[in-house]
Amino acid sequence: MKILVAVKRVIDYNVQVRVKEDGTGVVTENVKMSTNPPDDNAIEEAVKIKESGKAKEVVAVTIGEDKAQETVRKALAVGADKGIHVKVDGVTEPLAVSKILQKIVEKEKPDLVFMGKQAIDDDCNQTGQMLAALLNWPQATFASKIVVKEKSLEVTREVDEGLETIETNIPAIVTCDLRLNEPRYASLPNIMKAKKKPLEQINASDLGVDTKPRIEQIKVEEPPKRKAGIKVKNIEELVQKLKNEAKVI
Amino acid sequence: MSALLIAEHNNKEVKPFTLNAITAASQIDQDLHVLVIGYSCEAVAKSISEIPNVKKVIHVDDAVYENYLPENFTPVVIKNSENYSHIVCSANTFGKNLMPRIAALLDTSQVSDIIKVISGDTFLRPIYAGNAFATVKSTDAKKCITIRPTSFDPAPTSGGSAEIVKTDKAEVSNLTKFIKREEVKSDRPELGTARVVISGGRGMGSGDNFKLITAIADKLNAAIGASRAAVDAGYITNDHQVGQTGKVVVPDLYIAVGISGAIQHLAGMKESKIIVAINKDGEAPIFSVADYGLEADLFEALPQFLEELNKLNTIQK
Repeated sequence: MKILVAVKRVIDYNVQVRVKEDGTGVVTENVKMSTNPPDDNAIEEAVKIKESGKAKEVVAVTIGEDKAQETVRKALAVGADKGIHVKVDGVTEPLAVSKILQKIVEKEKPDLVFMGKQAIDDDCNQTGQMLAALLNWPQATFASKIVVKEKSLEVTREVDEGLETIETNIPAIVTCDLRLNEPRYASLPNIMKAKKKPLEQINASDLGVDTKPRIEQIKVEEPPKRKAGIKVKNIEELVQKLKNEAKVI
Repeated sequence: MSALLIAEHNNKEVKPFTLNAITAASQIDQDLHVLVIGYSCEAVAKSISEIPNVKKVIHVDDAVYENYLPENFTPVVIKNSENYSHIVCSANTFGKNLMPRIAALLDTSQVSDIIKVISGDTFLRPIYAGNAFATVKSTDAKKCITIRPTSFDPAPTSGGSAEIVKTDKAEVSNLTKFIKREEVKSDRPELGTARVVISGGRGMGSGDNFKLITAIADKLNAAIGASRAAVDAGYITNDHQVGQTGKVVVPDLYIAVGISGAIQHLAGMKESKIIVAINKDGEAPIFSVADYGLEADLFEALPQFLEELNKLNTIQK
């Protein structure tokens, strides 16, 4: 079995994002970038399945500018065997990303494709489902547990009501939740070894995919600020304020 | 052209967020039709036909639709999508799972999680965990939109009498099989729609200590929430998680207990009307969004809180 894992480079989840003054986006210069957090869970799960003997190869793919390669190198350092970087500059919407991934799937022929359920930059939550549609594969989104069976996958999904379990045919797309596993850290020797692992570069334009955005971003602005609150001294004061000032209890 | 909304329901009742999505969808286009896909769900189709904003109900009923698998819902939506300019759904786990599958087959770039309708093609949506708002314009002929339910009021549920049209099922897929759903049953208000929410974080220290939260929730008729840290630690089940990747809540009163206020948690609650934070660390970021902050040990503060509430003659429900 072969597992393809898609990873995305985003602003690190601990960074307080700032909106650019000209309203064209958010500040990305000199800002710490990392792998999208649930994509780390996707890599971890694929590597664990390989370590259990149920998969032979894990391929990590990213789509983006040159620096996006860092996310693939990180995936290689925690156990992926091979990397692919599809180079695109500028905004790539989930629809275009899923079309690129469709081409990579046709080329690599994986049995499973894993990725995070949502990227924490655009918060779209679309790519996995779109790829599943384009390939006409089953989709198991928001996965918190994956059991690989002989010819199927049993996946537990986190849904609003609680948990749902489904069984999908293989091949399948799985989008991973943060509770799926605990991603490992890359050790220094493994980071060094990862530099020798193969990393293929492809230009998106060579894949024949139209990546032109369909959504025009008119402006990006700061959300309305909350007015500063107060500190209360004790519970009596809190309850009195909630009752008589805010009138919410 | 008209808008087509995909209803979320459990074959017996309409899910409340469908009502919020209906409000948003009728702001996009007043000629709003609702697609009800399910199994033995006549009652659902009937109740949706009574919503005044709804002009027509399309009802597709078959056993294969019992468990809302997107592999089977998608062909039904595609088959019925021809005459619509907008396909709309709520941005909860139901809509997030389903809509992108539809959008990809319609070759449309989906606009996710909108919080305001500016015009038929222009919408406001939060990005970066709500730390920025983007105004975006869709250039696709057919638009696929998901709606953040808490940003729109629920539509009224009576007074309408839309026509219900039954239509045939679509192509059936065997790619996925439903096994089971473990729903957490509770008599409390639903987290997404409750007037009051009280949430616990890592500071609670254990699942057992959540009983301090439960006692206050009982008193205030509140829903119980949690930070991701509390869910990760196993103190409480995932359906309680509030945040960027959990639920977004906008109650009149949100009480955060032992929650430091990570960016991803704030994304799920900072639009609440009144925010209370109880935390022993006076520097915790949660205080920057709190209307009322109390720097205190929660194990002392919560029992006192209950005691003070017990002294009140009346409490709003």
